[in-house]
Amino acid sequence: MLVLDPNDLKAIWLSLKLASLVTVILLLVGTPIAWWLARTRWRFKGVIEALVSLPLVLPPTVLGFYMLIAMGPHGPIGQLTQSLGIGLLPFTFGGLVVTSALYSMPFVIQPIQNAFAAVGSRPLEAAATLRAGPWDTFFSVALPLAKPGLITAAVLGFAHTMGEFGVVLMIGGNIPDETRVISVQIYDHVEAMEYAQAERLSGLMVALAFLMLWLIYTFGTGRTKEFSR
Amino acid sequence: MTASGVTGIQARLRRDFGNFCLEVDLALPGRGVSVLFGGSGCGKTTLIRCVAGLEPKAKGFLSVNGEIWQDDARRCFIPTHRRAIGYVFQDAALFPHLSVRQNLDFGQRRVPREERRIAFDQAIDLLGIRPLLDRRPDKLSGGEQQRVGMARALLTSPKLLLMDEPLAALDQPLKRDILPYLQRLHDELEIPVIYVTHSPEEMTRLGDYLVLMESGHIKRQGVMQGMLSNLDLLSSFTEEPGVVFDAVVHQHDVATGVTLLNFAGGTLSVPLRGDVPGQCLRCRIVPSDVSLALSRAGDSSILNILPARVTEMRSTADPGQMMIRLDAGGIPLLARLTRLSCNRLRLEVGREVFAQIKAVAFLDS
Repeated sequence: MLVLDPNDLKAIWLSLKLASLVTVILLLVGTPIAWWLARTRWRFKGVIEALVSLPLVLPPTVLGFYMLIAMGPHGPIGQLTQSLGIGLLPFTFGGLVVTSALYSMPFVIQPIQNAFAAVGSRPLEAAATLRAGPWDTFFSVALPLAKPGLITAAVLGFAHTMGEFGVVLMIGGNIPDETRVISVQIYDHVEAMEYAQAERLSGLMVALAFLMLWLIYTFGTGRTKEFSR
Repeated sequence: MTASGVTGIQARLRRDFGNFCLEVDLALPGRGVSVLFGGSGCGKTTLIRCVAGLEPKAKGFLSVNGEIWQDDARRCFIPTHRRAIGYVFQDAALFPHLSVRQNLDFGQRRVPREERRIAFDQAIDLLGIRPLLDRRPDKLSGGEQQRVGMARALLTSPKLLLMDEPLAALDQPLKRDILPYLQRLHDELEIPVIYVTHSPEEMTRLGDYLVLMESGHIKRQGVMQGMLSNLDLLSSFTEEPGVVFDAVVHQHDVATGVTLLNFAGGTLSVPLRGDVPGQCLRCRIVPSDVSLALSRAGDSSILNILPARVTEMRSTADPGQMMIRLDAGGIPLLARLTRLSCNRLRLEVGREVFAQIKAVAFLDS
């Protein structure tokens, strides 16, 4: 039987909260960006694509470092948040959400962009000849046809945020209930030589990751072909 | 508003792709089927895409039965979804995430109730798709998909129906299945149609007006009969299409086994048919089935002998043969004769002759 101490449960709850929030934010922000990237013929679209994909290849510490500076008292984000009366974001849950969203962005945008590209222009043209305006076409044709990509994006974004560690250490540190997510909690256990507890949490993560990927291969992009015949 | 009292479709359009440029000045009738005919890459699909508004980079002027859809001089461009068109794509382009019924509803729902002129039941019965309503598009054959695509386009009650090679992706038996439905569209609905094809069969069978296209330009346009009997254009058709005209079933004579048909040039007797009197049939007479005589032969096996006048004579690629254009009571006919026969009959333009028609083909069956 799985026995977790209260701190473990708190870390799990925090991770779930962070990953859900980040996933929702990324779906809302990433879908229009992905749509634009899939449809535009702008010459410099590659620049935007490279920017979006940057977090894939950067070490989390690098991204975390720059975000720490940017959100600090003298950084542009920090000055903005201070002038809005929110205060400073580093070492808060809010700061973790913002940075995690940036870090998981490519995992959400790329599948959606690919799904929109796979839809192609023919169904959209067909919709236009059937009196559907651009917004109508987006919601009644493009989004439903890109559904497998959206599912993949949501699951990948969620799973990737659940598992992050480096960015959290840089931005959030290790504050219980605020920034101490599962991966940090595991690290703590290991530091304290509490291998049994570390193993339980790690096992939970493995199971969760497997479940997520299983979901993708059952309902996500893996079945795109079947959906679009 | 009727722009300068003109009905029909006026299009002066230019679409430059860099390596290919479409440039046309077109006037199509506001009713019947206008066929855009030409080989692949001649720009016929681009042209109807321009009419549909699917090529926003096209420049020029377009008006359809008095409504201006594009006029760059006045910075006017009506987007596709505000044009009252029905568009049938070569590959049907059904929405794979919707059932057949939902596909059909998609367009109809978006048309205000008071503008709907075609009822759901009318469209599905016309195209015979009632048994398919609850299926998914990927469970349909190519021909069924295309029929659903046509019904879907009709249900938006279009003022202009655009069809982009709707049969090209289908194999021959399926084509035969679907052509009668197209013919019914033609016969039963008063919607002008622009029909893109490279098939002479579809062109002659469905068209009333013909636009010949070649490398982005219009080579010639005119009423189907006149175009098919135009000796200058014979080389534009890969096979000799023959002359095409519509005739109405007049009566059946079961005793002698013939059916009488009325057409603009007189009456034709053909082997007994099953059609009801009043039925309109599209007939074709190929030049090699027409011979000429100076007097009406009473002792010939040929049933159909029409008085006609020679209007044009032309040598053919075969030096032993001549192509003769005739006027049979207002209907043009073509006859292919040997040069020797022409000399013996002393044929010349203006000469009154009798055209003996060996066979009449029907394009409906």
